[in-house]
Amino acid sequence: MSELEPAKMPPPIDPSTGEADEPSPAARLKVATRRRQLEEISDLAGNTVGQVRCEDPFIVAENVNVHYGELHAIKDVTLEIGKRQVVALIGPSGCGKTTFLRCLNRMNDSIESARVTGRITLDGEDIYSKSLDPVALRARVGIVFQKPNPFPKSIYDNVAYGPRIHGLAADRAELDDIVHTSLERAGLLKEVRDRLDEPGTSLSGGQQQRLCIARTIAVNPEVILMDEPCSALDPIATARIEDLIDELSENYAIVIVTHSMQQAARVSRRVAYFHLGTLVEVDDTDRIFTNPQHKLTENYITGRFG
Amino acid sequence: MTGLTTQEIVEAGLRRRHRKEALFRTFGVLATAVGITFLGVFFFSLIGQGAAAFQQTFIELQIEYSEEILAPGGELDLEYADYDALIRNALWGEFPEVTDRRTRRELSRLVSAAAGFQLRDALLQDPELLGTRARVAVPASATVDMLAKGKIDRSLDAAQRPLTDRQLEWIDALEERGRLQTKFNAALFTNGDSREPELAGIKGALMGSFYMLIVTISISFPLGVAAAIYLEEFAPKSRWADLIEVNINNLAAVPSIVFGLLGLAVFVNWLGMPRSAPLVGGLVLALLTLPVIIIASRAAITAVPPSIREAALGIGASRMQVVFHHVVPLALPGMLTGAIIGMSRALGETAPLLMIGMVAFIVDVPGGFSDPATALPVQIFLWADSPERAFAERTSAAIIVLLGFLLLMNLAAIILRKKLGRQW
Repeated sequence: MSELEPAKMPPPIDPSTGEADEPSPAARLKVATRRRQLEEISDLAGNTVGQVRCEDPFIVAENVNVHYGELHAIKDVTLEIGKRQVVALIGPSGCGKTTFLRCLNRMNDSIESARVTGRITLDGEDIYSKSLDPVALRARVGIVFQKPNPFPKSIYDNVAYGPRIHGLAADRAELDDIVHTSLERAGLLKEVRDRLDEPGTSLSGGQQQRLCIARTIAVNPEVILMDEPCSALDPIATARIEDLIDELSENYAIVIVTHSMQQAARVSRRVAYFHLGTLVEVDDTDRIFTNPQHKLTENYITGRFG
Repeated sequence: MTGLTTQEIVEAGLRRRHRKEALFRTFGVLATAVGITFLGVFFFSLIGQGAAAFQQTFIELQIEYSEEILAPGGELDLEYADYDALIRNALWGEFPEVTDRRTRRELSRLVSAAAGFQLRDALLQDPELLGTRARVAVPASATVDMLAKGKIDRSLDAAQRPLTDRQLEWIDALEERGRLQTKFNAALFTNGDSREPELAGIKGALMGSFYMLIVTISISFPLGVAAAIYLEEFAPKSRWADLIEVNINNLAAVPSIVFGLLGLAVFVNWLGMPRSAPLVGGLVLALLTLPVIIIASRAAITAVPPSIREAALGIGASRMQVVFHHVVPLALPGMLTGAIIGMSRALGETAPLLMIGMVAFIVDVPGGFSDPATALPVQIFLWADSPERAFAERTSAAIIVLLGFLLLMNLAAIILRKKLGRQW
């Protein structure tokens, strides 16, 4: 989970008294650039460039602010996510993408100091309202984490756990059905069909991540959140999961946080660029990578800073 | 910089670093050796003293189960007949030259007072024996036993020995005739406490300890685990929670006798529970073990990686489900180990039990939780105080049994840990 680091600037220079060893002109320019960028961003809060709205939205986040104690981690973000759409959240480390992602299924509830304000609705329902049970929400909005974390149970029990606790299967036969379908959709069934009783932790990294995805889709959610799902995997496993995301997007809305712009370009339909807690720009993937509207977006994409 | 390369500087300091490590390692080995030596001395002296108590000297006598001797001139009641007379008769048969009363009394002191009971039990079990003759090995008295084990110095003056010259002659004669046998001292494990060393056993203390431990574990384990789960998972982080944590840590270090005082004041005086009962002892020990179990369980729960909790939450498990389906099963090995360590400590506690009165001389083996009883460490304490020579070796034997139990419990902890430990 990313912590937003306040910008580290050198101490301000007092022109009247002067300093013993004055910072070089290059350093001073760096400070000035940084200051300007921050000003630009604070202008941006709430003024995202591009297409924040989409047609047929499923998740609507409006004026979301997240504070970790004193730290203002997410500043006034408004974003819409449509059904059966893959939206990629990109941005430099610590810019708040994971924090925003976790707001969408109220995972930030488990963090003591986190305070979320604003309005996030799922299919019209405010997910932070008192009448909504987070447990029910998380059955509709699943999440896959950066580091694969299968339960220390058998492969079968890993996938069956969700349906079991939510009561989605009437008997063992139905449960078997759900498990097999989920494993197949996750592209794992062929490899583990004859060893469903082995512990989930005995699989390789890529297989474990696919197991986690199978586990998530076993409860039949409407949205899948993915927090850098491939960052701990090798390129081949990554490619398999990206194919999987492609297939899954036919049935689920997917929000994926990624560090890799190439991955964002490959899998997503829309891209949202975060910077220091603000949503700078949102647009269709093609447009944002070929013709970004904001300077910061352009700098990030072209690699001027990351 | 004096022109030396980094490599040269590192190598120059390398010798000093290796020397330091070698010194540290030597000290470590020395310390371990000293520890092992002390341990070895302890075990050597313990086993040397106590091993003898597992053997008991028996005298083989020709017993005539004669009805006339058992009930001279009266009707025979097998339960209350004069079995000592049978023994005396057999002894006089061995040494017919002994005729006067005083000498005969000296002779009969060679055999333990339990011998009569042994014959009674045999006859009650098989009344067909009446009228027959049989060779029976009866337990010798404690002093004869000590002599056979070489603990009595024969060269001393008659006044300084527990055995007279005549008794020594008789014993030698019995030995020549092959009547002295050394067998396993079953009485140590089947009898309760007794004034007579050859009759004294630890069964009463064992049962007392056993009942107490059952009470202790059935109270402290569920309470301790539940408290740890609540404090770690559900309690909001506040001043109160910190205060409770500090208090629990301190309670684990409180001297155990204080718990005895608490037990005396609350359980015995205020609630009126029976003194000396395993129930009260168990309750006091449960209070003692509770902080230990809470601390061990909390550590085990904290060790469960947060990724498992997050995964479970993400699937839509409620907080209770996360705790009981995922965290507790993973923390269970640590909790069990903590529980067994706590139990081991409770097994060896003496001071709080003394406070609640389990220091009485209890002869009967307790049959339940409210019968008066004593515990193994208390029994050791009582026997250590006894003046009879034979109790010295029995004290060591009881210590060996206690240590055996502790070893078994720790072994159980290791096995449980291995069996239930999971990889994640």
